[in-house]
Amino acid sequence: MKDHGTAAPAGGAYVRRFDDLDRRLHIVLMTSFLGLAFTGLPLLFSERKWAKALSNLVGGFRAAGGLHRVFAIVMVIVFLVHLSRMMKRLFLDKDTTILWGPGSMVPQPRDLSEMLGHIRWFVGLGERPRFDRFTYWEKFDYWAVFWGMGIIGGSGFVLWFPKFWSRFLPGDWFNVALLVHGEEALLATVFIFTIHFFNGHLRPEKFPMDTVIFTGVLPLDEVKHERPAEYERLIAEGRVAEIAAPAPTPAEFRRGRIIGTIAVCVGLLLASLTIYALLS
Amino acid sequence: MKRMRLGVVLTAFLLSATTLSAAPAATPKAPSNDDCLGCHEDPSAKRADGSSLFVDKKVFAESVHGAAGASCVDCHTDLAKTADFPHPEKLAKPDCSGCHAQQVEDYGKSWHAAARAKSPTSKAAWCSDCHGSHDIKPSKDPASRTNHFNLPATCMRCHGDPKVFPRAGGADGSEPMSFHDSIHGKALEKSGLKVAPNCATCHGYHEIRSPKRDPKSTVARIHVPSTCGSCHSKILDEYATSIHGEQLAKGNESVPVCSDCHSAHAISGTPEVRRLAILKQCGSCHDSSLKSYRDTYHGQVSELGFAAVATCADCHTAHEIHPAGDVRSSVGPAKRLATCQRCHPGAGPKFAKYDPHANPHDKGRSGILWFTALFMKYLLIGVFAFFGVHTALWFPRSVKARREANRRGGNGDAR
Repeated sequence: MKDHGTAAPAGGAYVRRFDDLDRRLHIVLMTSFLGLAFTGLPLLFSERKWAKALSNLVGGFRAAGGLHRVFAIVMVIVFLVHLSRMMKRLFLDKDTTILWGPGSMVPQPRDLSEMLGHIRWFVGLGERPRFDRFTYWEKFDYWAVFWGMGIIGGSGFVLWFPKFWSRFLPGDWFNVALLVHGEEALLATVFIFTIHFFNGHLRPEKFPMDTVIFTGVLPLDEVKHERPAEYERLIAEGRVAEIAAPAPTPAEFRRGRIIGTIAVCVGLLLASLTIYALLS
Repeated sequence: MKRMRLGVVLTAFLLSATTLSAAPAATPKAPSNDDCLGCHEDPSAKRADGSSLFVDKKVFAESVHGAAGASCVDCHTDLAKTADFPHPEKLAKPDCSGCHAQQVEDYGKSWHAAARAKSPTSKAAWCSDCHGSHDIKPSKDPASRTNHFNLPATCMRCHGDPKVFPRAGGADGSEPMSFHDSIHGKALEKSGLKVAPNCATCHGYHEIRSPKRDPKSTVARIHVPSTCGSCHSKILDEYATSIHGEQLAKGNESVPVCSDCHSAHAISGTPEVRRLAILKQCGSCHDSSLKSYRDTYHGQVSELGFAAVATCADCHTAHEIHPAGDVRSSVGPAKRLATCQRCHPGAGPKFAKYDPHANPHDKGRSGILWFTALFMKYLLIGVFAFFGVHTALWFPRSVKARREANRRGGNGDAR
């Protein structure tokens, strides 16, 4: 039985999708995100027994608050490193492909048509769209982080230094900051722990784990089938050899699966507690 | 042997009673204490039912009555005119009012007296239940049952026993036994402070009325503040001018009185516990304020069980609570910033414009908060509705795709 995309690395050619820094940034982002969720969600659901338990587990609300701020700084650093890389590509390397075209995360008309086509394919009304390097749901996840960084990060820093900000901001902006910090956190955690996990890891074609974000490479064959537009472009441009990569060793592959599985399990646990608390 | 002697005494008594009834009544000389002790000094002397009739001469001599030279018949007045001994077993209860008229009159107004009047089998206290009988010592004597420091133990003989006093079995701080661990009880019994209150300080001495059934009780709801205020006079001044105190003075008994927040007997000196417990107390009337408080950082942290953040009294004060529009209010425009600064030193005027009871559904209270809450609501609904449907449709298709790929043994997604 062929366990597509999930089993030990198959023979055949591999190509690189994410470079080493991107992989590491994702791991740090993931860790800080889980840390923020762990130390923040108990406040949102403070009336729950699990919230009290979780809060005591991390050493009380002061310790939780301290850790929350540490994770926040780590996440901001990840964000700034990524931003500076993009700036470097754009301004120093004059790489304008990140602004438009298949190599860009910027939403484009084809994303809309691919989304509609994808939904038609779900219900058997058409072929699967011929995706390129970045799909519409990947772009959504990507920009959701930007939006979240702005909203949660911004409101978080307002709430962190209320005395400073109250010199400039009217009092009820702190009420707004607290509201959006919590609501947006709810959106981000539940979205990541359900939708992102499903898209990336839990949907049957990928289950239990798509390790590409951890190993950085994927089989060329997978590109050919899942992202045919990208595959054809690579062939046409003769760039396959340029991005060819050695297959991940079984150890690398296993490490990716273990890290990913732990993160998914922790996230699903938090998501179930959250959803249960919201519904009951 | 002893029993035989008693039998002889009783027979002699019956015989003499029959003889005397026929003779004309003379005025006999009252028996002296020694006459009484002739029988009662014997530690083994017993009544017909086997109970002891022993009176310890030494104990009586050391009692307040003995020391004052009182004779037995001063209390047992029905024996003063009796010459025939042994006397009947059943004597009238000593009437203390002959000497202690005021105290007995006061007792007559008490719930103890009322309960006894209602039911002859009542276990409610009578003079001797608290003071003792032949061994009564003056209250200033450290060994006295009614000494300032001993009184709680005396009251607790009944009021600490759920079989006699049902509320003794409670655990809400109204049970009398919790007095021992209260700040009052510790001050009295551990620290030995004569200024510390005992039961009688609040409930009265002889005129102890029922707080539930008798509005004249010193601890009836309406009188609790003035009773506590007899010691805590500055607090009473603050409370009396607060919105709660003013309402109580108008007869509105639904406002909180001292014991609602501090409890009746368990009155505690540990602020941590009280500062969290007060949320429930205030919230029992101010429920919408408690709800909006719970949406704030203060409310979330205190709900997790940590008392390090502001709870009701930290901002509103404990006793000087006034409507926010009142210039005296700690949360009114005049004092609000100073109140915030108690925990947030260095906070500026705009800081104090933060709404610690914000309501995102109240457009009039804060338009920007109302709008933001609405936006966030539809953002969340929108995102989850779209991706919920997206995922629900994708899942079955993905199952199918994987099956097709497996069947082909191929390495790609099904088309």
